[in-house]
Amino acid sequence: MSNSLTDLLDTTGFLHVTPGMAVMWAIGLTLIYLAIARKYEPLLLLPIGFGILVVNLPLAGLMKEGEGLLWRFYHHGIQWEVIPPLIFLGLGALTDFRPLLANPRLIFLGAGAQAGVYVTFFCAYASGEFSLQQAATIGIIGGADGPTTIFLATKLAPGMLGWCAVAAYSYMALVPIIQPPIMRLLTTRKERVIRMKKGRKVSQLEALLFPLASTPVIILLVPAAAPLIAMFMLGNLFRESKVVERLTHASQNELMNIVTIFLGISVGATMNAGSFLQTKAIFIFFLGLGAFMISTAAGILLAKAMNLFSRNKINPLLGAAGVSAVPMAARVVHQVGAEADKKNYLLMYAMGPNVAGVIGTVIAAGIFLTLLKVIN
Amino acid sequence: MEEKILAPLAGKILKLNLTAGATVEEDDDALVIEAMKMETPVYVPCDGTVKEVKVKEGDEVEEDDVLAVLETK
Repeated sequence: MSNSLTDLLDTTGFLHVTPGMAVMWAIGLTLIYLAIARKYEPLLLLPIGFGILVVNLPLAGLMKEGEGLLWRFYHHGIQWEVIPPLIFLGLGALTDFRPLLANPRLIFLGAGAQAGVYVTFFCAYASGEFSLQQAATIGIIGGADGPTTIFLATKLAPGMLGWCAVAAYSYMALVPIIQPPIMRLLTTRKERVIRMKKGRKVSQLEALLFPLASTPVIILLVPAAAPLIAMFMLGNLFRESKVVERLTHASQNELMNIVTIFLGISVGATMNAGSFLQTKAIFIFFLGLGAFMISTAAGILLAKAMNLFSRNKINPLLGAAGVSAVPMAARVVHQVGAEADKKNYLLMYAMGPNVAGVIGTVIAAGIFLTLLKVIN
Repeated sequence: MEEKILAPLAGKILKLNLTAGATVEEDDDALVIEAMKMETPVYVPCDGTVKEVKVKEGDEVEEDDVLAVLETK
């Protein structure tokens, strides 16, 4: 009698809970709390948090290879590289390149702010804790671009996907907290009140030709970036063509929302106690944070350097928008600028380096892929 | 003399605090434009009276559109 009772109890999960699982529940619930109470990237952290919670319930087998429900989502959505490019389709449909085309030299700020990616890559590798592939994946967190981080992690270091995705999305949510102190530290009040000279007017034809012209150039240069760039520019072509509003709308809204659900829960599901709870995870969070801070600083310093050679001064705060957290970083630039001079409207100028930063991060990911896939 | 308030960026007029005939001072809140899901307040550029308001709440404006005209001394 007592025997069959224990057998019965054994079929339930209760006897199989490990301390590690309990820790993971706490992490999952913390993310859910941050998403709901603090509104930190709730669209992602909420499903990720829930994914973490359910995948750490014993015997459920949600991530069992070939069978589990969440494993299927993860395998067909992320491992097959379907979801990150679809997110990029939506981002492309949401992106207006006009601020960049109006002020083309701001593209350098978007490139300069990738410095954190490369610096962190070398630091992470030099620490001896990580392989080249893992170091690259950690570095890319500095771009503060969730889908690109996931895309690169899947290909180079699938074991670190969960950590890196959570780090990237957390720092995206923390942009308004992490960036302003660095921005104030590196700029003087006099620089912060610089008003940008109005950019030239960008014609509809230019905006239409941009995705058509930049796609072949970028893909010829960095073929490995093709999946993300192709979808990104297709979305942008939808937008600028003005003849397929239904497709633009679907890419921006319905499709983006649908894939976000599967992205969130699948990323959360990769985080089981066994793989997630390692001391390395702490390293990743700090290195990722360092990458993001260096990128912010590098963008600002580059803007200041450009001012040495140009009479038409750039407000160096714009450099901080070179990280690809769109449009959070641009908003932060605007807000820090408005603190110094409330009639200085930097938002649209900051969108220039911001969208350049997205492309910059994708190119950085493409370069890592090209170089490191071979070694792998 | 006339002074125009131009839209500093494209977006939607969320709130309008100007009425024709009202006396305004520099740095008063003129209106709020929503762009990039962020509210950007636009301030009155100089002291004067409002001569004409060219937009209403809910309007979509382009950059450099004339939002209102002020009469200054």
